[in-house]
Amino acid sequence: MSELSTQLVVETVDLTKVYDGNKVVDGLNLRVEEGDIFGFLGPNGAGKTTTILMLLGLTEPTSGMAYIYGYNSTREPLKVKRISGYVPERIGFYEDLTASYNLAYTARLNGLSEELVRKRVGESLGVVGLSAVADQMVGTFSRGMKQRLAIADLLVKTPKVAFLDEPTSGIDPEGVNQMLELIAGIAREQRMTVILSSHQLHHVQRICNRVGIMVKGRMVVEGLLDQMGREAFGGGQFSIEVQLTEITSGIIDRIKQVDGVVGVDRSGDLLLINCLEDLRPQIAKAVVDSGGSLVEMKIQSYALEDIYMKYLTEA
Amino acid sequence: MQGLITIFWKELADHFTSWRFIILFAIVFIAGLITTYVAAQSIRETVIETQFCFLRLFTTGAPFSFLFFVVVLVPIVGIILGFDAINSEKNSGTLSRLLSQPVYRDAVINGKFLAGVVTIAVMLTGIVMLVAGMGLRMIGVPPSSEEVIRLIVFLALSIVYGAFWLGLAMLFSVFFHRVATSAMAAIATWIFFFLFMLVFADQPISRIFPLNLFGEAVTVLLVPGVRTLGAIAPSASAWMIPSPLSLGQSLLIVWPHLVSIIVLMVVCFAISYIKFMREEIRST
Repeated sequence: MSELSTQLVVETVDLTKVYDGNKVVDGLNLRVEEGDIFGFLGPNGAGKTTTILMLLGLTEPTSGMAYIYGYNSTREPLKVKRISGYVPERIGFYEDLTASYNLAYTARLNGLSEELVRKRVGESLGVVGLSAVADQMVGTFSRGMKQRLAIADLLVKTPKVAFLDEPTSGIDPEGVNQMLELIAGIAREQRMTVILSSHQLHHVQRICNRVGIMVKGRMVVEGLLDQMGREAFGGGQFSIEVQLTEITSGIIDRIKQVDGVVGVDRSGDLLLINCLEDLRPQIAKAVVDSGGSLVEMKIQSYALEDIYMKYLTEA
Repeated sequence: MQGLITIFWKELADHFTSWRFIILFAIVFIAGLITTYVAAQSIRETVIETQFCFLRLFTTGAPFSFLFFVVVLVPIVGIILGFDAINSEKNSGTLSRLLSQPVYRDAVINGKFLAGVVTIAVMLTGIVMLVAGMGLRMIGVPPSSEEVIRLIVFLALSIVYGAFWLGLAMLFSVFFHRVATSAMAAIATWIFFFLFMLVFADQPISRIFPLNLFGEAVTVLLVPGVRTLGAIAPSASAWMIPSPLSLGQSLLIVWPHLVSIIVLMVVCFAISYIKFMREEIRST
């Protein structure tokens, strides 16, 4: 996709929020393009939620601007709210009302006709697998069910952009997987741009194509996942450890010629090869071709975790 | 407008299906019936006063008249309908979800206030009609047109009075984060004013308190024989004619009271409105 064909869904310009003298969000410049699933990462208290609240026009920025589809979040909050959905971290439903009533309320607040309200509520509950409990009080729901109901709440509205604040917190691992697949599936089907905040990397890693890491109100790094790896480690994302019976400079030279190898280091009888992708077959072939004999080969990929930890400790 | 109407209907439905409303209605209903029964009994036993016999249903009774119950119970109705209006939504996390929908923020507080006022209106109208109907059966004297008008004015004033207490309770619900605190604050205010009403009943200073204001106003409205509320020199009182006042004259006496109660209600609602509109949704 070229720059021209993609539209900016979210844009912030030097967005700053000061609470009691503390800069919670500090000159944030964020850009999210249409169709992205943007992982908004950072430790607790990094200012992720505050940023989302400012984008939705629920909190006023101290300075700077926030735009969604070109609408100013502070001056045109209603237009922004019409096209964006929000799932807060502390999901709240009217506990003494039924699941379908809660969703119907959201639909009516969005001005849908009664016919459409019924249709959308039924469909949304079906998508998240809660049709069977549609007429149960939300108070009887488990946390995982409430989280799925929150996704249904989003579907009822069918926004163009969705903000999910810690959608995976407090549910069991299997629930997390289901939730992430649900979100990714909806984003794909509805062609919805998703901004997903989390402090848990491996959740974000699974479905996001772009990631931004926010620490103490600042975005320390932002970009596509594989790019981030390269920037953070000054090299490839994979590290292959090769053990040989004997190491000769011929073998090293031969390996260096393999496409995608960034660097080769020698330590004892081990070779540490840094490369952009999993090149084990090519490297094995190179070793054999240059007359070496392979004892063992191990691969390690840098997970986002390492990248994340690196930025966290640097910040 | 769409948002306001949706919120209004949802809140109204919440009120009418909630246990607190059913309990409240039962209490007001029973109080109304008992006082009317007692009043009707005493009217039948004692006097057959031709004028304003019907209104006496509402004002006589020992130890308490229907009027007294309205003065004391309507605040409770207002408080119970409004004490958790805003902070319960904050605590349960529904407020941020609600405000992320395309509705103006004031639609939330306006819708809640309107729904509360309509609930109070339905409750009070219902109970006044019941009392009137039961009284009609028991004493067999139909109300005159003036009595009907006086009753309607009384009803309207009672609704405004209830709206004032609703506004006050909502004010506390905007200011206090915890539901228990706002409930306590509202009840404490009510008790304070109630005690003041009993202690300073005849002092002019008592007129700055809502219970006294309302009590005096409705007394003048429903007891046409009340000619004045202030102190009268004995020399002047000798000239007063012991006959009931006309409706216009009664209204003239309570006009300041009416305005004061309306102002109190508006002020309470305005403060909570402004505070709610300026409040920020925070992440914590």
